[in-house]
Amino acid sequence: MNNNTAEPTSEMVEALYRAESRRVLATLIRLLGDFELAEEALHDAFRAALEQWPRDGVPANPRAWLVSAGRFKAIDGIRRRARFEALDDDAAEKIAAPDDPATWGSEDIEDDRLRLMFTCCHPALPSDAQVALTLREVCGLTTEEIARAFITAPATLAQRIVRAKTKIRDARIPYEVPSPDDLPDRLESVLRVVYLVFNEGYSASSGATLTRHDLSGEAIRLGRLLLELLPEPEAMGLLALMLLQESRRAARASPTGDLVLLDEQDRSLWNRDQITEGLTLAEQALASRRFGPYTLQAAIAAVHANAPEAAATDWSRIVRLYDLLAQAVPSPVVELNRAVAVAMRDGPAAGLALVDAILARGELADYHLAHSARADLCRRLGRNAEARVSYQRALALVQQEPERRFLERRLAELQI
Amino acid sequence: MKYICLGYYNEKHWEALSESERNAWMDECFDYDDVLRQNGHFAGGEALQGADNAVTLHWKNGKVAVTDGPFAETKEQLGGILILEADDLNHAIQLMSKHPGVRNGPFEIRPAADLTEMVRASEQRRSKRN
Repeated sequence: MNNNTAEPTSEMVEALYRAESRRVLATLIRLLGDFELAEEALHDAFRAALEQWPRDGVPANPRAWLVSAGRFKAIDGIRRRARFEALDDDAAEKIAAPDDPATWGSEDIEDDRLRLMFTCCHPALPSDAQVALTLREVCGLTTEEIARAFITAPATLAQRIVRAKTKIRDARIPYEVPSPDDLPDRLESVLRVVYLVFNEGYSASSGATLTRHDLSGEAIRLGRLLLELLPEPEAMGLLALMLLQESRRAARASPTGDLVLLDEQDRSLWNRDQITEGLTLAEQALASRRFGPYTLQAAIAAVHANAPEAAATDWSRIVRLYDLLAQAVPSPVVELNRAVAVAMRDGPAAGLALVDAILARGELADYHLAHSARADLCRRLGRNAEARVSYQRALALVQQEPERRFLERRLAELQI
Repeated sequence: MKYICLGYYNEKHWEALSESERNAWMDECFDYDDVLRQNGHFAGGEALQGADNAVTLHWKNGKVAVTDGPFAETKEQLGGILILEADDLNHAIQLMSKHPGVRNGPFEIRPAADLTEMVRASEQRRSKRN
């Protein structure tokens, strides 16, 4: 692969950057023991590649070349600084030598990527920092891109990332895959971050657009990577859940950006490939018998995906799955969803009794979906005055524009 | 690396325990402290008397004001500190997760700060002053 012209090689370096920069970064962080240093080294290594490859040709193992170039650049940098600041020169010596690149299987590198994920999602970091750091370091999104996606000022987001990196260094959060004893808890925190990213893209918590496709796509990519590196049932369940939700994207919003509920969606718009993959993964995860909340939610989404039309939905199975989910993760939101499923199975009166009991406990008093669920059940029972009050309550709490328009439409229909 | 572990406890909850319950729990805690000692992880520690016996100094209007009680009015009070020798934060979390004290109130794990540089700089400033 010897190129005589600079043009094709610089394109190749760019493509290599997109494909490999996160892998190289993950390994450099392990070798250099510092995020900032590793990022500088990564850019130095690619700069060196742009200079040398057009002249000398592309090395046989570009990834290994980039890692060792990055490492040497970092050692150079440390030595230079040490001379200026008259500090000890040991820092450069302490940098771990990489294992012989010739013997590198892809395994070591994949381990580094897993280390990176677990470190970015360490529970000692604040939740919003875990999300930002994962998108920055594992997905390679720029600070500006992340800030735009989360409607945050870039400066705020940059600061959040810097603080997290400082904490990793100063509190000595190790760069490692947790021991088997700690793995279930720690995996949960990685899965939570991936799902948070997905949900932020799937249903933006505020703002004018219903979906921010890029983030959901990024979360699915993360989910695939995680499952590839760590084939645990819940990682499988989460990927299944995301694929099954994502499969309905085209049907979830009308051409004018309005919300379309599940029972009114045009099911021919559902993405069949994503459904097939999601269903297979969900079945595999369930068969493992070591599944948790993500697999159960995927199983619920699978029931919908399997129904050729809304009326054919197996609501009894959905209620049973919600029972299991409520046992696994007791939460009023799960109970609310179960109540809606009961209403579909046994009629709106049965559902309303459950929703009222949940609302009476107060935890969901400020949750707009609890009030809109109640409103919908009252509407179906013909109790329009009550429905109106609940729609108004939901409207006062809702933050997302398409959801607001949906509630207003429902309220207007009642007034006719 | 040293990690300072601040063990909090809920005074009301503690007072509600019977004497034999308290003893059993204390014994468990001391047993585990011994395990930490044997393995070279126990780098020091002190239990604290109740928050009633505490005094807080504030800087107020240019002079020191003395008030009773701990600074923070919280349900949980600092009950003791333990200085832990651990490889890294995960190791510290692992060691303290097994400490029986964590069942009676939260443990805050704070990495010890290395002030060597600051002390050196301060020594330089002070020697110039003299």
